Amino acid sequence: MHIVVCVKQVPDTKIIKINPKTNTLDRRSAPAILNPYDAHAVQEAVKIREKTGGTISVLSMGPPQATAVIKKSVEIGADNGFLISDRAFAGADTLATSYALSKALEKINKEHPVDMIICGKHAIDGDTGQVGPGIARRMDIPPITNVIEVSEVNQKEKTVLIKRKLTNGYELIQSDLPCLLTIEKEINEIEYSPMPNMITAARYEPIIWAVSDFENVERSQLGLKGSPTIVGKMFTPPRPEGGKRLEGAADEQVKQLMEILMEKKDLLTIQPSK
Amino acid sequence: MSRGEFYMNLDDYRGVWVFIEQNDGKIEGVSLELLGAGRKLADKLHVPLAGFLLGLEIKPLANKIISYGADIVYLIDHPVLKNYRTESYMKGVMLLAEKYKPEIILYGATPNGKDLASAVATDLNTGLTADTTMLDVDIDNRLLEASRPAFGGNIMATILCKKHRPQMATVRPKVMKALEPVSGRTGKIIEEKIVLQEEDMRTKVLQIVNDVTKKANLADAHVIVCGGKGMGDVQNFQLLYEFAETIGATVGGTRDVVEAGWLPHHLQIGQTGETVTPKIYFAVALSGAIQHVVGMKNSDLIIAINKDPNAPIFDVATYGIVGDALEIIPKLIEQFKQLRSVKGGEISYA
Repeated sequence: MHIVVCVKQVPDTKIIKINPKTNTLDRRSAPAILNPYDAHAVQEAVKIREKTGGTISVLSMGPPQATAVIKKSVEIGADNGFLISDRAFAGADTLATSYALSKALEKINKEHPVDMIICGKHAIDGDTGQVGPGIARRMDIPPITNVIEVSEVNQKEKTVLIKRKLTNGYELIQSDLPCLLTIEKEINEIEYSPMPNMITAARYEPIIWAVSDFENVERSQLGLKGSPTIVGKMFTPPRPEGGKRLEGAADEQVKQLMEILMEKKDLLTIQPSK
Repeated sequence: MSRGEFYMNLDDYRGVWVFIEQNDGKIEGVSLELLGAGRKLADKLHVPLAGFLLGLEIKPLANKIISYGADIVYLIDHPVLKNYRTESYMKGVMLLAEKYKPEIILYGATPNGKDLASAVATDLNTGLTADTTMLDVDIDNRLLEASRPAFGGNIMATILCKKHRPQMATVRPKVMKALEPVSGRTGKIIEEKIVLQEEDMRTKVLQIVNDVTKKANLADAHVIVCGGKGMGDVQNFQLLYEFAETIGATVGGTRDVVEAGWLPHHLQIGQTGETVTPKIYFAVALSGAIQHVVGMKNSDLIIAINKDPNAPIFDVATYGIVGDALEIIPKLIEQFKQLRSVKGGEISYA
């Protein structure tokens, strides 16, 4: 069983600041982390490997410092890692990103056939969730999104049983292998990394590829050039006027609010008990 | 399709389309909302609005789609399309889109809508904007302006797709408004045939389990008490449960609160959680980041409680209390308990 997990280095969006004058991200204001959903993706691969044996590879695209998230993945339990890093990838939207990653996956697959690809549901900086299914289409394997449980991996029959989250509930899907899963956070809990993993991770040096390492790559489909979408403008939505402020000390504010609520007879009433 | 040097005659593409998501013959609410939003775009562009749907025995739904604003309904009926699967559904969408060449396709940002749109965008080699919350068109160059909260949600970004067609976007449920249905409204129904073999499918849906208990809480709640990181810690957060219980409300939380592990993810309100439209929304000790506000701003009555007088939540609140939630909430609990003991009954919501 060879599982490839696609991971992304993201700014911690909880902390990041935006320059109010230029409307751009101040990337220095936030530490770069392994996208939280991808951490769960690596963890799920580890859980699957416990049952099936095999190898976990991680793949990322980003600047050279993105090797940090590959090391982090090794700490969680991945066996090896690949980073594709090249100026030609810069400015890629989801379509160009899935193209670049699929070229790396083709290369990995050639050397060591891939049985399953796992991605996080989305990255917290882009929040799109579009790259995973895009990769699946390019690799011509079934995408299964919003996975909440990998119930069974049948290596003999080359099938998996998956629970996929829906708007109202979930569905149980059987898929042929290889396939691509994008997973929800609730699928597992990140476990503490055992000491040997941490030591391996600290010393681990991922393989780094540039565009020139790929075969049959169409440069026109990479990076900004290969991206059909562009950001037209950034704006802070017009601030609505806001409502009435209830002034005074806490008791006074609460009293005013209660009066307002009690007047809203179209919204709520307190009925005498029967 | 050649993926080489790229050229597309944009003028070949006309019309606004909405993916009509149906499960077991029932149309998802977001699809009707998108017919409302799509109608405005189509009128601005002077083109027809079409709804397209795939499934088994779905023809009876066509008139409903027309009554909600569509001029044309495209449909493909096939046993293999009975349940949603990426592979079979995308084949159907590809067939329709390549034959009729719409300039815009909108999908609900549901699990299936997002899944389908992502796959279709890859094969059509076109742009897709995720989780849009505002839609408009620039009539001069016929560009779809799809806007969404970006970078963790404190700013909006308008995404454009200038040289590729169709321009596609997934749109958050409950953000757009459906039109009032007009019975007897007429439109064209176009049925296409597709060749699909079950044996060729690499995935099978073995079982669909409806579990509405979790969802129903937030989506159907009349009153929501939503807490933010300003509650301080998970112990203080329990105060909101007590308040919610007193007034018969449902508790939700911001992204920060869920990421801190104070609440499970299905109770998250905002761009990457649930979108809610209750009668009364208490926003307690939360700042009001854009990604949160898009998930609750259509509530009827919004009451914000926050220590920071400059918190953006006060801009969307109907009433604002600048104060410490840990002081205000116990007083509110006290007031409601007294009221109930005086009147002796339950609080009910219209």
